[in-house]
Amino acid sequence: MSTATIVSLPDQSTARIPKVNFLTKENGLLSWLLTGDHKRIATLYLISITFFFFIGGALAALIRLQLLTPGAELMATDTYDKVFSMHGLIMVFFFLVPSVPATIGNFVIPIMVGAKDLALPKINLLSWYLYVIAGIMMIYTMSVGGVDTGWTFTTPLSTHYLNTHVVSAGLAVFVAGFSSIFTGLNFIVTIHKMRCPGMTWFRLPLFVWSNYAASVLMVLGTPVLAITLVLVVLERTLGIGVFDPAKGGDPLLFQHLFWFYSHPAVYIMILPGFGVISEVVSTFSRKRVFGYTAVAFSSVAIAVFGFFVWAHHMFIMGISNYSALVFSLLTMLVAVPSAIKIYNWAFTLYKGSITFETPMLYALGFMGLFTIGGLTGVFLGSTGTDIHLTETYFVVAHFHFVMVGGMLMSFLSGIHFWWPKWTGRMYPEKISQFAAVVTYIGFNLTFFPQFILGMLGMPRRYASYPPEFQVLNVFSTAGATVLGVGYLLPLLYLTWSLKYGAIAGENPWQATGLEWQIQSPPLTENFAETPIMDHEAYDYDWLERKQASEVASV
Amino acid sequence: MNYISPVLWQFISRWLHDFPLFPPEASTIAPQADALFFFMVLVSLVGLTVVVLLIVGFSLLYHKRRHPHAVQIEGSTLLEATWTIIPLGLFLIIFVWGALVYFRIYTPPANAMNIYVVGKQWMWKVEHPGGQHEIDALHVPTGRAVQLTIISQDVFHSFSIPAFRVKREAIPGRYTTVWFQATRPGTYHLFCTQYCGTNHSHMTGDIVVMTPEDYRKWLQGSTSGASLAQDGERLFASLSCNACHNTQPDARGPNLVGVYGSQLTLSSGQTVTVDDAFLRQTILNPSQGATQGYATIMPTYQGQISEEGVIALVEYIKNLSTDYRLQQTLNTTEIPPEIEGKATGKASAGSGEVKP
Amino acid sequence: MSDSTTIANAAVAEAGHPHHGEHPPFQRHHFESVVQQFDAANFAMWLFLLTEVMFFGGLFMSYLIMRNWYYPAFVEGSHFLSIFWGTSNTAVLITSSFTVAMGVWCAETRRKKGLILCLILTFILGLMFLGIKGIEWHAEWVEYHVPGLHFSAETFLNPASAPEVYKEYHDKPLSLGMANKTELYFFLYFAMTGMHALHMVVGIGILAYIIFRAWAGAYTTGHVTFVENFGLYWHFVDIIWIFLYPLLYLISRHQ
Repeated sequence: MSTATIVSLPDQSTARIPKVNFLTKENGLLSWLLTGDHKRIATLYLISITFFFFIGGALAALIRLQLLTPGAELMATDTYDKVFSMHGLIMVFFFLVPSVPATIGNFVIPIMVGAKDLALPKINLLSWYLYVIAGIMMIYTMSVGGVDTGWTFTTPLSTHYLNTHVVSAGLAVFVAGFSSIFTGLNFIVTIHKMRCPGMTWFRLPLFVWSNYAASVLMVLGTPVLAITLVLVVLERTLGIGVFDPAKGGDPLLFQHLFWFYSHPAVYIMILPGFGVISEVVSTFSRKRVFGYTAVAFSSVAIAVFGFFVWAHHMFIMGISNYSALVFSLLTMLVAVPSAIKIYNWAFTLYKGSITFETPMLYALGFMGLFTIGGLTGVFLGSTGTDIHLTETYFVVAHFHFVMVGGMLMSFLSGIHFWWPKWTGRMYPEKISQFAAVVTYIGFNLTFFPQFILGMLGMPRRYASYPPEFQVLNVFSTAGATVLGVGYLLPLLYLTWSLKYGAIAGENPWQATGLEWQIQSPPLTENFAETPIMDHEAYDYDWLERKQASEVASV
Repeated sequence: MNYISPVLWQFISRWLHDFPLFPPEASTIAPQADALFFFMVLVSLVGLTVVVLLIVGFSLLYHKRRHPHAVQIEGSTLLEATWTIIPLGLFLIIFVWGALVYFRIYTPPANAMNIYVVGKQWMWKVEHPGGQHEIDALHVPTGRAVQLTIISQDVFHSFSIPAFRVKREAIPGRYTTVWFQATRPGTYHLFCTQYCGTNHSHMTGDIVVMTPEDYRKWLQGSTSGASLAQDGERLFASLSCNACHNTQPDARGPNLVGVYGSQLTLSSGQTVTVDDAFLRQTILNPSQGATQGYATIMPTYQGQISEEGVIALVEYIKNLSTDYRLQQTLNTTEIPPEIEGKATGKASAGSGEVKP
Repeated sequence: MSDSTTIANAAVAEAGHPHHGEHPPFQRHHFESVVQQFDAANFAMWLFLLTEVMFFGGLFMSYLIMRNWYYPAFVEGSHFLSIFWGTSNTAVLITSSFTVAMGVWCAETRRKKGLILCLILTFILGLMFLGIKGIEWHAEWVEYHVPGLHFSAETFLNPASAPEVYKEYHDKPLSLGMANKTELYFFLYFAMTGMHALHMVVGIGILAYIIFRAWAGAYTTGHVTFVENFGLYWHFVDIIWIFLYPLLYLISRHQ
């Protein structure tokens, strides 16, 4: 028992991938394009968001290359403006928002609650198609010349002062929004109505809780973004609107409506990541998550408070000092549940039996980076320091620590964690551990210098900058190169593992979730017969007893 | 160090030579904002250290090799309460402290010298009360509170002076204010930090802080001959504002002398305090600010006066303390051509108006 | 809701015991029981309506703010909306809500003819609503009140130029600045009624499909979820109008 791994694979000489599984059940392109199976839709999503991630990543590489030198040498400023706008739009709406929920969530939530599928399989497929349509519109926008509004569509700039493709970009985001609404709606219905016998709310894995909270935000926030974009498009096409100060409208109203969605959107992006971390930390320390209830409710608290902090994006925009006060206070309150989660995860390790497979490495990386990302958020939530730091690279660094350091780390953690379940094969452990470490180092090198740049006052969205900021920017670009390697490696070895990976068997991680008690890859209907949940979540004693009895019966 | 390529070495040393890690503190508010900043850095470091220590410590102590069997623990209300209440307390301290700094930065002292700033794609235009105009530069003296009244002519901009730790959004159609008191002479960066279109990154400039004597010399050296209020006076005459606002007993418009800062009852029955924003709004869109007892016959000047023109008029009305200056405009017959150009030529779509 | 649940239960009872693998034909494979299927679909519909509330919420918010700022423009703008057509449309829509509710009842009690009749009536009333809306929009077009495309503030600068409205309300001329703000009123009017009409069009499209299916005998075999959810949607669209009508037509009209 003194081995440093918990991986337990079946005997490779005899093990086979089960003949019947959701991947092999039906063949042909149509069986994929018309599927109602949540696991197949998750696979479709995984392919499409990976595609957009690498487009967004290529744009990020261009940004970093441009910023290698103080002048606008690589690209003209208008090209640079388009590049960072497309980077933001693609990464936010086509990668981060759907990343964990639409792929991992889609794949495991129905299994975790003990259901055969999401409650509304057709709607699930519809949301993937909406995503694809939106993606095509975005690619169209990019190929006919792009858009340079930034991802925020700030009026009146976007409505009256730009002649790029704002309308098609806005409509793409509008459609993508409905894709995300339907995903969220589907999750909520599934979690409410599809739980198997014995699966009470407090026996749900924490991944389900955090996705539930994120879904509530999707369902309530995204429509507001949708109507806001409709108004922007109408204002742009008809030349009249509620956001144009020259006609009596108010550009600040746009800010309010936009951030009413876009701040909760940050939690839409990060909450599912929290869920992944809960699963992974528990599994690799062989312990129930410390303070299950507190972690579950902190997700809900983030969702609730998350709706009432949007104006902290507008502290310097001439909202009244007193409303700034209220929103600052609420921002401080929303920071607390995140702190609770971090410490609960840390204490999950206490008296555990810890191993460091790749998902765990990513998860530990997440905890460090998210702590920094969260704490720097407090700098921006505090009104006094926000004045100096907002709209600078400090903000850029902050949200990349949360979004990339937090969300992307947890996404990769989750992908590695559920990869054996998804494909039936293991990824290569050594090289993936290496990739995790490379990602971690590259990430810090890329984004930590940006905090200092922000403190120095370097504004975001600048194509050129004063020469004294060059050194830190060079560090950042160097780090981005390392980070790029860290992201390309998983793409390569995960693809490799599809054919050559070791057969994983049912439960390579000795994890307790319902998804680990069925074959890998799962059957189309997940369970041969309806499971009955007779134990708490993360009950490792139950797992031991179960395995002991299986051995005995054999 | 000879074995390092001399070219590379030069390159590196040039980098290292010009490599700030912390911005200069050149205003009275900067040390105060920085004190809070460093307090937060401290809190963050402590928080981060605790998290890292816990993770590393537990990882070493409870590695599977050393600790093959996990001990199940449900949780601990006491511990959870601890890491709820301590962060909450710290965050609340940061909140209160931050709010104090915020109110200080956005509440100008009464005796502050007012300078107008107009943002437009992609330049900053600065109008000093003495009539000095600047583009992409702002000269200010040390030891004197300076208030900026900022407006944008087109899209959102943001007037940011990192060395002073102040920043304020320039919003189309409404005045915003920020103030500072510079402490150290020197030249500092001025950035537009709100993305404002193609040449956003070129919308930069210099903040030149001077000693009071140098500043006085600069003021004298760069005056355009007429103060901002005098510009306004000429505009007042050329737009025939004085046809109605002429202090005569039978005047069709209300008397503007001393109106700035006073309480005014509008025809709608509302009482308002006359400030910059109100004057601007009433010039551009008179119907909403009609004084009680006067017919709403004043035409709208929306789209007819540039933001600079409005600023000149506001500054003029602000400084009207006696009838005398107003009477003078009635005698002005010829209109200086450059003012006329300013009054009509620069009208742009971006000029909006203020909301109540 | 409780009615329909019992009926769904009845359907389960009739269709046999689902646990023995004998599902009623309309039960999707991934549900354990018809009740669960019905509950899920119903719950999803309510959630969807919640997103719709948020969607319209953005418009209502904009309306409230703009109305607060440009009160006179909004009052005089509303004088150009026809109370007669507005009220008729409200009546039409409320009646259609009644017919659709009757339709759901017919489906639950398995009255095929009644169901088809009610649905067709709803269909006609829906078209009538759109027709009346078209008449109103046409009137705005004639009066140059279509913002962006066909707009002039003349009738607000010089109210006597629109004698019919002037006769009734004796509007004072608005100043140029305020008169221009009526364009915002009409923009919001068109955005809100247009978005509402779009929902009506979608609803009528779905309704046509339901009528087609009902004709073929669907919905009267105990599985009424789709009709019931459509009814919820239709009521929701109705309720949006119940808010739009007073906000756009009635409030402060006589001030």
